[in-house]
Amino acid sequence: MSTYFRIKPSEFIDETVRVSFKFNGKNYHGFKGDTLASALLANNVHLVGRSFKYHRPRGIMTAGSEEPNAIVQISDGTNRTEPNVRATEIEIYEGLEASSQNCWPSVNHDIGGINNAISAFLPAGFYYKTFMWPASFWEKYEYVIRHSAGLGKSPTERDPDVYDHRYIHCDVLVVGAGISGILAARNAAKNNLKTLLVDEKNELGGSTIYQNREFNKIENQNSSDWLKKEIKELRNIKNLEIKTRTSVAAFHGYNYLLARENLTDHLENKDKQGKIRQRLLKIRAKKVILATGALERPLIFNNNDRPGIMLSSAVKKYADFYGVVSGKKNVFFTNNDSAYESAFCLHNKGINVEAIIDIRESSNSKIVKAVEEAGIKIHWSHTIVDTRGYKRLSEISAMMLSNDGLSVTGSKINISCDCLGVAGGWTPAVHLFTQSGGKLKFDENDNVFLPNIYPSEQMSVGSCNGDFKLKEIISNLSTNLKQFLKVDKTDFDNVLIESEEENSKRNIWLLPSDKPIGKTKPFVDYQNDATAKDIKLALREGFRSIEHVKRYTTTGMGTDQGKLGNMHALGIIADTAGVKMSELGTTTFRPPYTPLTFGTIVGRNVGEYFDVFRRTPMNDWHIENKAEFENVGQWKRAWYYPANGETMHEAVQRESKAARESAGILDASTLGKIDIQGTDASEFLNRVYTNAWSKLGIGKCRYGLMLNEDGMVYDDGVTTRLGENHYLMTTTTGGAANVLGKLEDYLQTEWPELDVYLTSVTDHFATASICGPNSKKILNKLIPDLDLSEESFPHMSFKNAQIGNIKCRIMRISFTGEHSYEINVQSNYGKAIWEKCMEAGKEFSITPYGTETMHLLRAEKGFIIVGQDTDGTMTPIDLQMDWIVSKKKYDFIGKRSLYRSDTMKEERKQLVGLLTDDPNIVLEEGAQIVSDLNQSPVNMLGHVTSSYYSPNLKKSIALAVVRGGKNMMGKKLFIPMEDKTINVTIENPVFFDTENKRLNA
Amino acid sequence: MFLINCPYCGERDHQEFKAGGEAHIERPKQPTELSDDEWAEYLFMRKNIKGIQFERWNHAHGCRKWFNMVRDTSNDQIKLIYKMGEKPPAE
Amino acid sequence: MKNKYSIFSLMKNALSHHENWQRAWKDPAPKKEYDAVIVGGGGHGLATAYYLAKKHNMKNIAVVEKGWIGGGNTGRNTTIIRSNYLWDASAGLYDHALKIWEGLSQELNYNVMFSQRGVMNLAHNLQDVRDLKRRTHANRLNGIDAVYLSTEEVKKFCPIINTSPDIRYPVLGGTLQRRAGTARHDAVAWGYARGADEMGVDIIQNCEVKGISRNGDSVDGIETTKGFIKTKKIGVVAAGHSSVIANMAGLKLPLESKPLQALVSEPVKPIIDTVVMSNAVHAYVSQSDKGELVIGAGTDDYVSYSQKGSHQIVEGTLNAILELYPIFSRMRMLRQWGGIVDICPDASPILSKTSVKGLYFNCGWGTGGFKATPGSGDLFAHTIANDEPHKLNTAFNLNRFISGDLVDEHGAAAVAH
Repeated sequence: MSTYFRIKPSEFIDETVRVSFKFNGKNYHGFKGDTLASALLANNVHLVGRSFKYHRPRGIMTAGSEEPNAIVQISDGTNRTEPNVRATEIEIYEGLEASSQNCWPSVNHDIGGINNAISAFLPAGFYYKTFMWPASFWEKYEYVIRHSAGLGKSPTERDPDVYDHRYIHCDVLVVGAGISGILAARNAAKNNLKTLLVDEKNELGGSTIYQNREFNKIENQNSSDWLKKEIKELRNIKNLEIKTRTSVAAFHGYNYLLARENLTDHLENKDKQGKIRQRLLKIRAKKVILATGALERPLIFNNNDRPGIMLSSAVKKYADFYGVVSGKKNVFFTNNDSAYESAFCLHNKGINVEAIIDIRESSNSKIVKAVEEAGIKIHWSHTIVDTRGYKRLSEISAMMLSNDGLSVTGSKINISCDCLGVAGGWTPAVHLFTQSGGKLKFDENDNVFLPNIYPSEQMSVGSCNGDFKLKEIISNLSTNLKQFLKVDKTDFDNVLIESEEENSKRNIWLLPSDKPIGKTKPFVDYQNDATAKDIKLALREGFRSIEHVKRYTTTGMGTDQGKLGNMHALGIIADTAGVKMSELGTTTFRPPYTPLTFGTIVGRNVGEYFDVFRRTPMNDWHIENKAEFENVGQWKRAWYYPANGETMHEAVQRESKAARESAGILDASTLGKIDIQGTDASEFLNRVYTNAWSKLGIGKCRYGLMLNEDGMVYDDGVTTRLGENHYLMTTTTGGAANVLGKLEDYLQTEWPELDVYLTSVTDHFATASICGPNSKKILNKLIPDLDLSEESFPHMSFKNAQIGNIKCRIMRISFTGEHSYEINVQSNYGKAIWEKCMEAGKEFSITPYGTETMHLLRAEKGFIIVGQDTDGTMTPIDLQMDWIVSKKKYDFIGKRSLYRSDTMKEERKQLVGLLTDDPNIVLEEGAQIVSDLNQSPVNMLGHVTSSYYSPNLKKSIALAVVRGGKNMMGKKLFIPMEDKTINVTIENPVFFDTENKRLNA
Repeated sequence: MFLINCPYCGERDHQEFKAGGEAHIERPKQPTELSDDEWAEYLFMRKNIKGIQFERWNHAHGCRKWFNMVRDTSNDQIKLIYKMGEKPPAE
Repeated sequence: MKNKYSIFSLMKNALSHHENWQRAWKDPAPKKEYDAVIVGGGGHGLATAYYLAKKHNMKNIAVVEKGWIGGGNTGRNTTIIRSNYLWDASAGLYDHALKIWEGLSQELNYNVMFSQRGVMNLAHNLQDVRDLKRRTHANRLNGIDAVYLSTEEVKKFCPIINTSPDIRYPVLGGTLQRRAGTARHDAVAWGYARGADEMGVDIIQNCEVKGISRNGDSVDGIETTKGFIKTKKIGVVAAGHSSVIANMAGLKLPLESKPLQALVSEPVKPIIDTVVMSNAVHAYVSQSDKGELVIGAGTDDYVSYSQKGSHQIVEGTLNAILELYPIFSRMRMLRQWGGIVDICPDASPILSKTSVKGLYFNCGWGTGGFKATPGSGDLFAHTIANDEPHKLNTAFNLNRFISGDLVDEHGAAAVAH
């Protein structure tokens, strides 16, 4: 490292700790506290990347999160590679490896640089005008465009880091820990308000902590010395939480803010292990104080983008804070006094300042005088018309500005230099304010947009509110804070401030050159290579709105979101179109303020935590017995139990036969269960189901269909009357939550007069369903004293019983057509009961079956599954379930819709059975059905909803919905597949035991 | 992200609530007496107001109670919250 | 053509430093009277005007736009174009649009960058599989190029998807429509505007509609912030604001306007070469030509015109994205925004006459209107010019909400409504 580029840094840089890192494969070192940018500059590396479109060499422009150019790929050989990282933000750590992006083969020799040579043919929007012939070639053009676009490379491996979320509720959130934020936070906390202070940097104090303006004093001290003492005090204040390396990304309505707390990016890889990388803070604040500061503006002039051209404030920060010299021969270019502070600071540190180019005619402020007295040459009323140096600035040319600022005159001054500090004034960082819905006003005097109308309990203070001078910052803060916090005084009301008074300004959005604009490259958006002439072209072509210009030229759409150039774009549009800035308005600042890692937004909701698993109490048994599972809603349900290497088909065939021939057992715990109580419970059921409920006896069960108000089938299930005013409703597994929600809705909002209470008891009960001809014997073994006779315990009835010490509700209901019992027990006994059933059923070879076999068995009986055989377009009439629709009831949910002209049509799709002519062909669920193969286009009559090979019938069976199917019994239809046509016949959907003899067998 | 003052539980985060659409659309007492047009009006037609809208919300992940809200849909400002069955304030 | 775009015109203009390009469209003041006025200068509205002028010889027409053209959902969507819809009526409508997309750049002499990179829809549970197979069979018989893919084929077509059987909702299969893809959204509005302008259509921006004037059962004009405009035909193509315009004419529509959000990542080199949509876990993603991952989030459940949605929706979407693409964990969200989508109860659009003569509505596209832009414009122009729907949009009438003859596309809509 050439020591020439290091001078004495601030206390924030630890010169005793050397940190080695690699950039583009080469070894360098810096000190603890350096950013990659400061460390590179200290090593005299300015060329960091290539621009997006023209692949022009670019260097480090800023010292903060607004950086457009110096963005790199972190590529240290681990899975932690990351594209588009700002060199000005990433703190170096031992072993850091970074490389330039968007260049090939290297940043020094980039083939893409040819785009700069042909840039005349690549104006804004050129791609809208070309690449159209021949039409078929667009894919090829696009391939090239895509591969030359993009910046860094996406990771291709899983992220080794973990992320986290934290909810914070506070009275006051202060964003930005510069002098305003610190004073505001301290006073809030001292007034017993729970306060959170956040800042994106790793140290508190903002710019005040290092940059001592020459003629600013607080209590007769350097402002940084004064502030350091104030910061020390902060640590002891209760109610105040401080978070550094924490950037507020978004400010949503109702004072809901998202902030990213960066915890490990500055650590060595070995220290990153096992730690949370970033935490998303979800902050709900009663009041928000924005103290987000201001960003320095560049100036827009010809070739203003070369490595070595930096913001004046950045040059100063690198020198003051990091102790880094950005150039041996420095020139400043300015329209205000800021550059003089930078120049004077360099001069005092013994760094050469060649000259200052100032577009103003004069300034008589103290700092300007001091610079003049130091012997630095000032070129008043001059502008830079060109710069030279391909990979590093080598020379600038300046000329005299005309009075109107539109042209240049006189002779050219050439000054050789390797660093140009540019100072174009300051832009208040109002991004978060506008995100929150705040409305801005334009200040003609300072040429800035300022907060005007606040949409929530919030206030902006300091330079983000347009206060740029220390005196006005402190005095306005005091006044506003008292009002905002409703307190009488602050602890800095009497602090003595000295700050320099107003200086002169001259704002010219686009500075002229001696060349016609067409031959110049005045960049407005550095990253996206949008120039002032692109903006003018857009206006010429009729794009008037700022949003149009932005989209057409891509100005402000880079990873920096135009933090530097957006104001100039607006200014150039206003000047060109002859309108006022205030009429033009701004583009929308969209969240996040700086890009936010996906992993941070997601936090812990990855992998197994993506969504909760709902498992039944018998789940462990299913796992032990090698069940395969299917996802049903959030539930994991046993799908089938392959034994001895069976395929799914083989397992299902075996399970299905066993259930019909001897005994099967199903875990039905996932069905939704709603406990319904109240004196109007029967009336309530009358209103929500299509059939009648009043006459259902206590201890009896009934199947019910529930419709949507549009008449379409919504859910189904068996409901049991447990007592006079007490029912237990079951719903489909997937529909449980929605059904409860819907019932609550009607109960609370339409029928509040009904005395009914609903409670979800899905998780309270586990259900084992045993079915088959031997189910009765098994139950008898389990509960020998229970009378299982037809008279005492008929189909569709229920009994309370006890198995051992375990209380249970037993329903004699069937979804398979077999004699069956559903045993409901308190959840924690679920597995025990299941095992008891297995034990008792052993002698009958009781066979556990999963959802697939359940589906097959019910299809043999023609029972529907809501959601599989229905799709939200089927009425009960369509399902040929007219029997369940009460004609007597005056009303129920959905009834009126059944009598609309379309729902009354005969030719609607109706549920039917289908048999294939070849009994071995199993139809594909979803396959379409037609009657005439020769039609074009083919007229589709319906589709196959359920289809299985039935081992009990020894043939393929299917359920389908077919237009007019009800009246097509026996009709031959076709199923055209990709490779063949399958012949089918319409049948009654009840294939097995059509007389329901087995239920009572 | 709204902060919603549930009339039964107090201020809670938006995430706990479900919106239920326009309020004060009463389910017809005698649906069978209605024409198809009138039924469609109840079933589907909505004011969908830009500005002050009366709507229903449910504290789904809380007390499960439904309540009414008056909200300006142009800027999402919540103006008023009142219980089901209470009369809407005059517009 | 007054200023034909081509590589040659680009080179020629380079010589004069691009100082001589003509305006893509004029900025006229409204005339006193038009034969038809289109309300809404988004893609659908501009396309309607374009086809009215081109195919129905109606040249004395205007498009009035409250803000700037293409500034609503046209410029806010995730630009997915496909036609693999379930029902015949929808398949007919969306495939009509897709066919126009295939030659649109050439027709408009404006490169809309229609990129037929294919759209995959993923299945994550057994019912998804049934539904996608059903849709694929229907598509095939309707002449739409959709195929069903096994999990292995999904992986082959898009290798970065996590197809491990161990994830929470494993990928069980999917469908692929190869003719589907993406386009450059702004270019669609600008291309149609330029084309319409050239045929004499007045495109009037910053002109907000304040009232619909009726003479008995017919419209006779429109009140705007730029004055009263006389006209006998008004075509409303105002997306999220359709109900607002309808209310001016004393009509109520079966619509709710809700926030829909989207986001993009920072740009990176090509990493995903197709469009992947997953309805069940709710994630859809593609990569723009610029290199940004373009990710669509879902709708909120409340009515809003604020163009803002709630963070939980964005978080839910990114959860799903990382479930399917764990490699994107370190990618960063660059921009996030919201639009206002007008949603019909059956998730299908309305392209219809109304009870008021001369007043037509094109709305209800919900979350999926962009893909239909050219077809919607063409069919709506037909409906306005002939005062009768085209056979391809007959099913999308307003009367269906009364008769019950809905076109229920909840399954095919990308976003669960």
